[in-house]
Amino acid sequence: MSSSIESIIDQSEHRNILSRIMNVQIFWVFLAAVLACVALSLYTDTFATDRNLFNVARNFAFVGIMAIGMTAVIASGGIDLSVGSIVVLTAVVVSTFMADGYSFWLSAIIGLGAAMLVGAFNGILIAYAGMPAFVVTLGSLSIARSLALVVSDNKMIWEFGPDNDLFLWIGGGSTFGLPHPLYALTVIAIIAALMSRWSRWGQYTFAIGGNEHAAVLTGIPVKRLKVGIYMFSALTAGIAGILMAGWLGSVTTNLGQSMELTVIAAAVIGGANLAGGEGNALGAVVGALLIEVIRNSLVLLHIDPFWQNTFVGSAIIIAVAFDRFRRMRTSS
Amino acid sequence: MSRLKLTGIAKEFGAIHALDDVSLDIKPGEVLGLMGDNGAGKSTLVKIVAGNFAPTRGEIRIDDEPVHFHNPRDAQLAGIEVVYQDLALCDNMTAASNVYLGREPRRRVLGVNVIDYAQMRARSSELFAQLKSETRPRDLVRRMSGGQRQAVAIARTLLSKPKIVLMDEPTAAISVRQVAEVLDLIRRLRDQGISVVLISHRMPDVFSVCDRIAVLRRGTLVASKNTHASSPEEVTGLITGAIEAA
Repeated sequence: MSSSIESIIDQSEHRNILSRIMNVQIFWVFLAAVLACVALSLYTDTFATDRNLFNVARNFAFVGIMAIGMTAVIASGGIDLSVGSIVVLTAVVVSTFMADGYSFWLSAIIGLGAAMLVGAFNGILIAYAGMPAFVVTLGSLSIARSLALVVSDNKMIWEFGPDNDLFLWIGGGSTFGLPHPLYALTVIAIIAALMSRWSRWGQYTFAIGGNEHAAVLTGIPVKRLKVGIYMFSALTAGIAGILMAGWLGSVTTNLGQSMELTVIAAAVIGGANLAGGEGNALGAVVGALLIEVIRNSLVLLHIDPFWQNTFVGSAIIIAVAFDRFRRMRTSS
Repeated sequence: MSRLKLTGIAKEFGAIHALDDVSLDIKPGEVLGLMGDNGAGKSTLVKIVAGNFAPTRGEIRIDDEPVHFHNPRDAQLAGIEVVYQDLALCDNMTAASNVYLGREPRRRVLGVNVIDYAQMRARSSELFAQLKSETRPRDLVRRMSGGQRQAVAIARTLLSKPKIVLMDEPTAAISVRQVAEVLDLIRRLRDQGISVVLISHRMPDVFSVCDRIAVLRRGTLVASKNTHASSPEEVTGLITGAIEAA
């Protein structure tokens, strides 16, 4: 009797408090994005057009896909600065193979393989050599972009062989009125969200971020998992790279430059805690959406684009301040 | 028959001899107090038995069978559970997730293995009730008291019906009432035939629950004798070196 009452209290308390705390940041960020959209629809006649909404949906998908991978890395207590360079490396590898007459699918597999090789390089140095993630991925940020320059000889690639049209369709086309990158984002977000809650891998990622020492002591294969996490981040960057190249219809070696900062911002705005142990795939998507809406609104409102990063930077600081405030309230 | 038998265990880290020729024997349902000053080698010995380190030399037998642990999982499978000094809990996760950390049960949904949270909560709830703790399975460890955290760490060891539980300073950082509860729990483990190795600095705790006391000094075993044949004064002397050996 008493135990059933206890369990009911237990459950009702947690339904309310826990679910509210878990979702509060995503909820507010999402609300901010929606409010911005409503305001823009009212004050401009350029925002709520099919063309503009299509562009927003496509543009935020690239950052969103990468932010999901970044969220896994941050939740495990790490950071991945190399994602922007993995974008260009993958795009260059894929387009070079395609230009040489290989099929899209084979080239994509090789490109994603190259991306995951960079991820494995990061992960092995971080997990097995115990080097700081910041330094390792800062190094591969330079290395991967440099390799892209070497492979492409710093020439723009804009002819993609026999599968040229397929390549442009996959990155730049649409189905049922929605851009293809948005489909990729949806699939990756759903898989990542389910994995983080319901798979051991997902839970171990949070365990490593929460207390890596405890994870080791309980026999979790921490090192292998870390390598896997950095490879996953690299894979999402590789997928974004292929989609971006197909959308742009050409690959230049400045593709994805300084994109890592936007991606980290999206993950943090979406609730990833840079101290590790917290993060949410859906939050990453919502964070990416908010950044893209801010960016888009500045363009439509004819605000000097030089201000863009001021607004994005402010959004990061507000998100972290919000989280800090929430923590102070719950701990007291 | 001995539950756990260590013969000539030595551990060297480069030139440092952390343990030298340690031999110990623990019977089923026996509570052994392992004492010694900081750096005497207690933690190293526990980590060897728990599978964190391999010994440089020596043999470990469980139920008279020689065993070789390559990692903590091997030791767990052999029936050895550890409550670590820092409790090894993840603050960002729930009590139930911490109890099951590293061995989450799974069930099949649509052909995919997913973590069985319902089972984790139900079983953790039973274990907390068994420990007479008010810990709730869904609570985040971050928001728990020291005693509740201790209960989570101890519940974790009970999950697999262990043969031997190693406890590293379980009473070092908790309230007086919680100390009494932890000592009661150790007696309950003993009554179920589980052997307990209690590492502690607290003389009263050791003398109230332990059947036997072993003392390490600078990596060597200087005494292993029945509690009622010893005294706190003698043990203090053995720890500090005022008494050479007993």
